[in-house]
This record gives sequence, C-alpha cells and structure tokens, in this order.
Amino acid sequence: MTSAGSYCCLERSSWRLQLWYALLHHPSTLFLNLTELTDQQKEFQEVARKFAREEIVPAAPSYDRSGEYPFPLIKRAWELGLMNGHIPEDCGGMGLGIFDACLITEELAFGCTGVQTAIEANSLGQMPVIIAGNDAQKKKYLGRMTEEPLMCAYCVTEPGAGSDVAGIKTRAVKKGDEYVVNGQKMWITNGGKANWYFLLARTDPDPKCPASKAFTGFIVEADTPGVQPGRKELNMGQRSSDTRGITFEDVKIPKENVLIGEGAGFKIAMGAFDKTRPPVAAGATGLAQRALEEATKYALERKTFGKFIAEHQAVSFLLAEMAMKVELARMAYQRAAWEVDQGRRNTYYASIAKAFAGDIANQCAADAVQIFGGNGFNSEYPVEKLMRDAKIYQIYEGTAQIQRLIISREHLGKFKQ
Amino acid sequence: MLPLRFRRVTMSARVLVGVKRVIDYAVKIRVKPDRTGVVTDGVKHSMNPFCEIAVEEAVKLKEKKLVKEVVAVSCGPQQVQETIRTALAMGADRGIHVEVSGKDYETLGPLQVSKIFAALAKKEQADLIILGKQAIDDDCNQTGQMTAALLDWPQGTFASEVTLEADKLKVVREIDGGLETIKIKLPAVVTADLRLNTPRYATLPNIMKAKKKKIVNVKPADLGVDVSSRLEVLKVDEPPQRQSGVKVETVHDLVEKLKEAGRI
Repeated sequence: MTSAGSYCCLERSSWRLQLWYALLHHPSTLFLNLTELTDQQKEFQEVARKFAREEIVPAAPSYDRSGEYPFPLIKRAWELGLMNGHIPEDCGGMGLGIFDACLITEELAFGCTGVQTAIEANSLGQMPVIIAGNDAQKKKYLGRMTEEPLMCAYCVTEPGAGSDVAGIKTRAVKKGDEYVVNGQKMWITNGGKANWYFLLARTDPDPKCPASKAFTGFIVEADTPGVQPGRKELNMGQRSSDTRGITFEDVKIPKENVLIGEGAGFKIAMGAFDKTRPPVAAGATGLAQRALEEATKYALERKTFGKFIAEHQAVSFLLAEMAMKVELARMAYQRAAWEVDQGRRNTYYASIAKAFAGDIANQCAADAVQIFGGNGFNSEYPVEKLMRDAKIYQIYEGTAQIQRLIISREHLGKFKQ
Repeated sequence: MLPLRFRRVTMSARVLVGVKRVIDYAVKIRVKPDRTGVVTDGVKHSMNPFCEIAVEEAVKLKEKKLVKEVVAVSCGPQQVQETIRTALAMGADRGIHVEVSGKDYETLGPLQVSKIFAALAKKEQADLIILGKQAIDDDCNQTGQMTAALLDWPQGTFASEVTLEADKLKVVREIDGGLETIKIKLPAVVTADLRLNTPRYATLPNIMKAKKKKIVNVKPADLGVDVSSRLEVLKVDEPPQRQSGVKVETVHDLVEKLKEAGRI
C-alpha cells in the first residue's frame, strides 16, 4: 500500500482507524492495556496472594528474629511455580514476561520482603544468563533451577565499589583454557546459599580501557575451589535474606562459562537491571501496600477522644497519602514492566519506578508506625519490621541517587533530540 | 487378575465433581437495600470451600489411578467458567458449564441442580459424583442427597474419608454422634466434609496447562431439565443485632432475674 493510498484511506476512515494509525506511530500513548488483568494474570496473582497471606505472613516474624534462611517457604514457592518465572520454556521454565513476574513479586513482598528478596535474587542472578547465555549455558544453569529448588546469586558489588561498577577490582586473568579469578565481593544476596553465581570481573588491566570493554561476565559454580563465602551479615532489615561477602582466591573458571565473550560483561550486567528493576519496584510496592493495610486495620480498631482514629482527619489524611503513593508506585512498575515486555528499552521507566517505589515504601512504613503510635515502635506489632525492611529499597539494585542520575540523563537526552 | 467388575469400574471410571461459585468466605456479607437478597455486584467470588475439597478428592483418586477422568461441572452465568478453570488448574481433566443466567440463576436451587447432575451423570456415564456437603451461601446441604435419590444411587454424605475397595466405596461419615463407616456400591454420590483432605494450591504451571483443557457449554433444556423454581424469596434480613447482657453480683440475683424474665 503506497503512502498516497494510505493517506486516502485515512481521509475516508472512521475515527477508530485514525486512532489505530496514531497509536502505531506513538507507542508511548498505547498504554490502554492496563484496565484489566487477563484471567491468567488474575489466577497467578491469586495463588501468590494466597501463599503470601496464609504461609509467609505468619512465619515472617520468627524468621526476622532468628535471621534463619526461610528455606521451607522458598521450597514451597518453588513447588507452586512462583519462582524462576523468567526461565524460558525450553529450559523447563514458564517464560513469563516481566509484568506477570512483577504481579507475583508484589504479592510475595506483601508477606515478607526478606523472603521475597531471597527469591528475587534468583531472578537477578539468572537474568544475565537469560539475556546473554548461549544454549549450552542456558540448558545447564537455568535447567537445573527448574529441576530442584536451587538458589543463585549476582556477584558484582565489592567492599570498595557499589554504585561505581566500573571501579570493581576483582581480576580475571586468562591462563590457557581457563580464567583465574582473584578478588572480594560484598553484600551478595544468597551468597551463602547459591549453587552458582553470575560474576563480573575485570579482564583488561589497562586503566584506560573503557568500561564497555574491560569487564567479563562469568558463571561460577559455588563449589569451585577458592570460592569462600564469608559470614552471614547482620542487617537492619530483610534479616531472613542471606547476605555475605565472598572471597575469590585463585578460582579457576572454564572458558565455556564466559557469557558472550571477553569484554562483554559490563553491558550484560547493566542490561539485566532493565528487567530486574521493575520487580524490585514491585517488591517495594508490596511492602507499602502491607503498611497501608496494617495501618488501616489498626485505625479502624483503635479509639481516641471518643472516635476511631481513622475518623480523625489527621490520620485519615495520612492514610489517603499512603494510598496515593501505593497506587502510583504500582502504576509506575506496571508501566516499566509492560514497556520491556513490548520489546522496548525501558531504562527511563524502570529507574522512575524503582526510585519512586523505594522512596514511598520508606514513607509509608514510617507513616504506618506513626499511625500505630507507641504500639508501632514495638516488636509485637508488624509495622516496625516494615520500616527496617524498607530502607534497603533506596539502596540496592541502584541507589536512589543513581536512579536520579539515570532519569536525568534519559530525560535530558530525550529533550535534546 | 482383578475381577471383571472391578476392572470395568476403576479403569474407565469417570468422576463428576460439582463446583459452585459463591461469595468468598472472607467477604463481609451485606443485604441489598431492597431486602431481596445480598449484594453480589463487584464482590469477590471464589469456589465454595467444600467444592475445593471435593475436587481435591477426585484428583487424588485420579493420581492413585483409581479413576480415569475427572469432569468439573458448574451451573450459572459466564463467570462460573473462572470456577471451572480453578478446578482444571487443580487437576480436573475437562469442564462442563451448564448455562443458567438472569432470573433463573437467582432462583436456582438444590432441586434444579440435582436434576441437572442426574441428567449429566447419565449422559457422561459417570461412576461417581463428588460434591461439597453444602454451599457456604445457602447452607442447604441438599444437592448431594437429592442427586442420589433422583439417580437411585447410594450416597455417602459428610465424608471425612473415602476408600475404594473392589467395586465398593468405604466412606467414613462425620455424624453428630461421632464417626460412622459405611460401604456403598458404585455408582454412588459422595459429599465432602471439612476434614476429608486439604485442597492443593493451583500451581502456576498447572494454571497455564488448564488453559488448554476444554470447557463445554450445555443448556439445562438440552438435558431435559426445567430450572424454574417453586420457591419464592419473600425477604432477606440481617440477623438481629445482639443485645447487650446484664451483669449480676450473686447467684441469688441471677435466679431472681431469670424468674423476672419468665425463664424459670
């Protein structure tokens, strides 16, 4: 159909066809999708919600106190198919899109973000293999995750380099058919429980070499000699999640375990984030939703000055603002997830979602404690845990400040076009 | 070698399971302002808990290879297909949606449903019907019993344990006095009580597989069943508000108060 022909069509066409034509050329307006979840999405959400509320919520306080790894809950989530959703179907997974995975993540996070982070770390560790692995690597390392409930981890951060990924010092030197790795990683979620790690190490020693060529991504079996997980770190919140430092001392990695090739690591590591930031935002939203529900329930039970505290405007306005934040965070992560599922670059939306959700999770948790008053400060009530758990959402998977760097760069970049 | 009768019954045995879509158990029920019923619009609905237990029992029998096929049946408007899908995700093989909507659905009760089930049992050549003992919305506890009577089949109601022994079903029933064990011949109707089993979650892979399973639409007229009701609901009210009690100091005062109230 020639352009002249299509123009003639447009002249005579109904408004409906014009709308379709306009939307075809302006994909950013095609966000009409989100009025209703599909039946399958609703069913997935139901299973995750039921599991979270009936099994995670009652068990979470004791895991928080003891810091014990919640393996029974993780195993159950694995049996129900709530984990490893991103693994492609030919490796035994369900090949879920990021949107569906986010729906599940929000529900699990409602139960306990410590448990949910342990589960989410699997997705983060797997994502480089999913986006950059060759068939043999995918079948080997993703396949085994669907055969038994195994964990994996994403090893990039070091004691001296977090936000500045290009500043990592772990060295990988090629020796024959192997790479020998030496270095220190830190704050690795599932560090002590992983069956294998995605590792980012520097392969080009030349300090002038650009970041986009200097690093390589590896898959490392956790039982490789020289891999030494440190002690489980005692953190402020999400205490059931296993976070450790890991020392790599002359660890030998076969060249078959290099992702794509030498020098491709930085791009792979960053590319994984576009797919894992929306679920992290979803997790923060789940926590904020929990804060809102607990605070609302309490406000309808507790009385002061002769009325339920929910009837005092100071409290009802706090709840209203919490509700606003939760709804907007949800829409933000859904947009980011939907964009990447459509095959588009979603960096801008993913950063907005993660930054916003992390911030509001902290605000909603603090407001929930406020609404509970003295009881909120006490460990017998569920909200103080939410406040401790929320803080990390402004730090991991790209700090609040790094997200703002990314958003400003994307925004100014668009403006200059 | 199994006796011929046993082989006929178990290797090709087909189980019909009834699943009812009801207001979710956790929802706070509100009476409509016109007092003709309860508010259902926009209210969360799910599978009747006793029906979940029935589906679980049927799927367990299939996993033990004691029955060949589990068919989930529901009567109602388009939305009941969600309930049938849940049964499929739990392990039922296919579904039958008996279309009843509008006024007919509002007045649909155990008598019509049991006629539908009896007709389906004959049409599908079912060997066993498992239903929940009652629905949590009307608490009728009649459909299982009426279905058995219409088919002239034996019934094992309030089942807390079901075992297949040769061509008989051993059913342990929860009754007021304790537990009663009966043996009934197949084909039979069983109604599930609370302690029969713990229903499984539908796992995500099973939900995806369930999309490929078939649900067939059938009209009551096709089964020769008239769904018109002989009952008319006059009004629906909330239970009376509980009145506060009175505290007394001594047993003597208690006796006096009871005498005053004409209770003793």
